[in-house]
Amino acid sequence: MKYLDEFRDGDKARILVAEIEVLVSIMDIPHDRPLHIMEVCGGHTHSIFRFGIEGMLPKEIELVHGPGCPVCVLPMGRVDDCVSIAERPEVIFTTFGDAMRVPGSQKSLLQAKADGADVRMVYSPMDALALARNNPAREVVFFGLGFETTMPSTALTILQAESEGITNFSVFCNHITIVPTIKAILDSPDLKLDGFLGPGHVSMVIGTAPYDFIANFYRKPMVVAGFEPLDILQSIWMVLKQIKEGRADIENQYARIVPDEGNAPALRAVSRVYELREFFEWRGLGSIDHSGVKLRDDYSQFDAERKFAIPNVKIADPKSCQCGEVLKGVIKPWQCKVFGSACTPEMPLGALMVSSEGACAAYYQYGGIKQHVAAE
Amino acid sequence: MNVAPFIRSRPLGRVHVRTVTLAHGGGGKAMKDLIDDVFVDAFDNAVLAPLEDQARFNLAEFVAHGDRLAFTTDSFVVDPLFFPGGDIGKLAVCGTVNDLAVGGAKPLYLSCAAIVEEGTTIDLLRRVAASMARTAKEAGVEIVTGDTKVVHKGACDKLFLTTTGIGVIRKGVNLGAHLARPGDAVIVNGLLGDHGAAILCARGDMALESSIQSDCAPLYGLIDTLLAAAPGIRFLRDPTRGGLATVLNEIADASQVAIEIDEAATPIREEVKAFCEILGLDPLYLANEGKIVVIVPSDEVEAALAAMHSHPLGACAGVIGRVHAGETGRVTMRTVFGGRRIVDMLVGDQLPRIC
Repeated sequence: MKYLDEFRDGDKARILVAEIEVLVSIMDIPHDRPLHIMEVCGGHTHSIFRFGIEGMLPKEIELVHGPGCPVCVLPMGRVDDCVSIAERPEVIFTTFGDAMRVPGSQKSLLQAKADGADVRMVYSPMDALALARNNPAREVVFFGLGFETTMPSTALTILQAESEGITNFSVFCNHITIVPTIKAILDSPDLKLDGFLGPGHVSMVIGTAPYDFIANFYRKPMVVAGFEPLDILQSIWMVLKQIKEGRADIENQYARIVPDEGNAPALRAVSRVYELREFFEWRGLGSIDHSGVKLRDDYSQFDAERKFAIPNVKIADPKSCQCGEVLKGVIKPWQCKVFGSACTPEMPLGALMVSSEGACAAYYQYGGIKQHVAAE
Repeated sequence: MNVAPFIRSRPLGRVHVRTVTLAHGGGGKAMKDLIDDVFVDAFDNAVLAPLEDQARFNLAEFVAHGDRLAFTTDSFVVDPLFFPGGDIGKLAVCGTVNDLAVGGAKPLYLSCAAIVEEGTTIDLLRRVAASMARTAKEAGVEIVTGDTKVVHKGACDKLFLTTTGIGVIRKGVNLGAHLARPGDAVIVNGLLGDHGAAILCARGDMALESSIQSDCAPLYGLIDTLLAAAPGIRFLRDPTRGGLATVLNEIADASQVAIEIDEAATPIREEVKAFCEILGLDPLYLANEGKIVVIVPSDEVEAALAAMHSHPLGACAGVIGRVHAGETGRVTMRTVFGGRRIVDMLVGDQLPRIC
């Protein structure tokens, strides 16, 4: 495939891995304290497992799989709220595919559908708006989910609905924002991270400036990375180079997609439609200030939270779940007490076992070869 | 085939309305007319002709083909009913015929049970029955008994089919998922994932246009050629739902071996790869309806490949991996990128990823 195969070239990968090994060999990394590099975004986690990248890296580098999977970090109570909206007889509830299986305290959307709720999978919020246009007697609700990557498309859909005067369309807004979450991780006392791979798709919207504090205040290097395996290897090399040279900069490896200043029309739509929530609850990480957005008052007629009575359930994460420690790189997924026993992809207890982009599910499903080799 | 004389007990009825109603399931003349007009007319053969409540066979006919019977059943609820490369009728014949064939059996007879939603057009049923008849002929089987039920609107989605098949396994052929041994090769007969991708595209709810066609085909001819050339073959399976990944996991588990496949050697059409990239799906889990996974001892690999290449359905056959003595039950893939990943079973359906 054009523009993909070029970034999956095995020969170039070998050259990059050799370069990484050279760098590591002159960095004098203590044996018992490998470098921890966090890939923030779930898309990176997916690529890392799919292409077997972890197993190609020298043992002095450990990848920590971060919180950037919006499906994983959705708290159980919000899923319960979704189910309660979806079960209203007048509602057609529309959602991205991988949110269907996220367990609520009683059931997932997939189970709600089996029980008779009209839940439909869509590929874009515009598909949901089309459903509203074609079903004027029904209330179509779109489950707005994701970081800044998907935020603009939801915002633009709301603006479109407004301009068409569509009244039977609303959004259950669970969009979240990545920067406060990275900050929360950096503030945690048991932090063990040496650098970051920055989220490529989010940065395509917000640009690279919002990350400056990571370099300036916390003195950690970050490289905004693409999603193809060569992108990831090159970004790891760039992070290592910064560490070796004692630098902490925000660099952009994914410049073919990410403009440093972001996407101005997308940002305008985002700030027109949304405002920050005071705080938002994350599965595995708890409540984080200013980490979620809601619709502004001007767009309240499109806000499912105001259109419908929502139970707004709060359900605590299970006590045995150690997702937070995995997210911060304190422990590896398989070191969690319930990994693979009480918590499996069939019956996920914790956030990270929910979607294939979650670190634990990825380990469970694609397997960290390193870990298995070590265990043999 | 059965040599019974062609005896029709009564003249065949005709349907003169456009759509199926509950009257067609009532057991009276309307039902007989529907069955006659749609199914008997299309499937016509000497075993079916007497229109008794059961098909009757001479045991001697089975004995002539081998020393064991193979018996299988499958239901078909595909949406949409017609898709590029096939339809529910073709699928219903191929699916059951292939389930017999991968056990080394020569498929002989099928039954066909249809559950029809009221309001379905007679013309649609005729098209499906004609497709079944055509595919049965191609596969060398006869459809010799059947049943039709009509259900209320909404109780099923237009048309569900169940086919059951009988075949005979040739003496000496003994295949099993537990028989794979370290050193064996894993062969597939062609491009993977076409059926799954074609169906997802044909549903049309993602507004993606493609030229991908289902690979739906009866496989006995290919398998017969293959078994004759490489009698030491350990196991055959058609990787339908769950795709290649699921079949390999079943083999690794049943034989207590490890399997490693090579991504670069695993044939997947460019369009299917692109389709999966866009939706965040993995082609290793997409369904196939005209493919076989073959476990072959290393000394018969060349003979097996030569035999497959001589058949139109095996022209692209190739070795994609090896069985080895590693962590038992584990399937891995050497990626094009030079890494290694685990290929596990899926928990449920593949769902498109959010971003």
